[in-house]
Amino acid sequence: MNIKFELIYPYIPYLLGGILVTLQIAIAAALLGSLLALIFSLLSRKGGITQFLIKAFIDFFRGTPLLFQLAFFHYGIPQLTGWIPTPYISALIIFSLNSSAYLSEILRAGIESIDKGQIEAAHALGVRNWDITFNIIIPQALRNVLPAIMNEFITLVKETSVVSMISLTDIMRRQQIVSAATYRFFEPLLIIGLIYLGLNIILSNVGKLLERKLRYD
Amino acid sequence: MISLQNISKKFDDTTVLNNVNVTFEADKTYAIIGSSGAGKSTLLRCINLLEKPTQGQVVVDGIDIVKEKGQLYSIREKIGMVFQNFNLFAHMRAKENVMYALLKVKKMSKEDAEKEAILQLERVGLGHRLNNYPHQLSGGEKQRVAIARALAMHPKAMLFDEPTSALDPEMTQEVLKVIKSLNHRGMTNVIVTHEIKFAQEVADVIIFMNQAEILEITDTKEFFKQPKTKRAQEFLANMI
Repeated sequence: MNIKFELIYPYIPYLLGGILVTLQIAIAAALLGSLLALIFSLLSRKGGITQFLIKAFIDFFRGTPLLFQLAFFHYGIPQLTGWIPTPYISALIIFSLNSSAYLSEILRAGIESIDKGQIEAAHALGVRNWDITFNIIIPQALRNVLPAIMNEFITLVKETSVVSMISLTDIMRRQQIVSAATYRFFEPLLIIGLIYLGLNIILSNVGKLLERKLRYD
Repeated sequence: MISLQNISKKFDDTTVLNNVNVTFEADKTYAIIGSSGAGKSTLLRCINLLEKPTQGQVVVDGIDIVKEKGQLYSIREKIGMVFQNFNLFAHMRAKENVMYALLKVKKMSKEDAEKEAILQLERVGLGHRLNNYPHQLSGGEKQRVAIARALAMHPKAMLFDEPTSALDPEMTQEVLKVIKSLNHRGMTNVIVTHEIKFAQEVADVIIFMNQAEILEITDTKEFFKQPKTKRAQEFLANMI
């Protein structure tokens, strides 16, 4: 069998270094995307033109491939504006917007799952809308959709692998570089596959822990 | 004193309340009875504007809260409400359910709010259930937490929207006992109920509704002796 891991050993620290790049984008996009999603999901309850714009935004980001969105933003738009963003900025913006589109739909479903009676009871007690949103609706909505949110975060970690296209040296990109240098594919691919798997197993366990913590029944 | 004046409520083409007038005085208990769909709950929900009337005034302590929107929050603070489906905050323990509005609306300190919550829960016989979540409580216990939650605000009026309709007979009794204990303690109580016997027992005044209108506002004793309207006579006859 043609497996020679010893050829790859020197490159292992380099491959592992990609974790930092991948995580940097994934975490930043998860935070920014969540914040945007929260704003969108609350705004879209207001109806009218805001709701229409948000729906158009979501349709665009769910209806086109992520790879296209990234290419369009990083290579397409600069042709019009003349401003060439760094690959890191492009990745951050597109991943944040993309995951906010998915997350806001998840959150919206969570918000709609809250029984209206509780909101009425809070109104009857004289509680302000702002407090109702953040003390009654959001905590329960979050807890109801936490598994779906974790799912989205896991997808996000995996999807970051497309940033190799705009020459960010994430985990996937580093494998390509190592393969080009060593003419070996199986070994580096196996290693980065395990890295992605490991990251996401950790993530899904964090999710389960969080679920247990937010549990009230 | 709460007074509803010329209140009408329409949902699209359906008239749920048709030019209704009624005044609720302090220290009295009112029972609103009538067949399903008569507009009883809608009338009750107009008092704290959970339902906004299409037309008319809701005057609480001299203020028309339909017009003076700024007053709505402070009025709601003074009017407690208990619902058919309890509507407890599912993610909060019994104690936290009672404390919540004390902290957020009354801006009480945590210690004071907790003291008040414990006091109110003990009063409804739930001193041993302080730290249970709503789903761990029986229906009757949930409704008693809901009553404690409303009472903790020290309201001037309490609204009960079919408080026992979701309960079995035994739990109904435990809740009715608590409601009865609130009688003649200075508050205005308005109860929408199907428990005719309970209405007879607890109410000072019976408000009989039929097809979006109030047909009678009658002293309880007189009402059960002989209702004024034919429709109310029929209604009572069907009940017994």
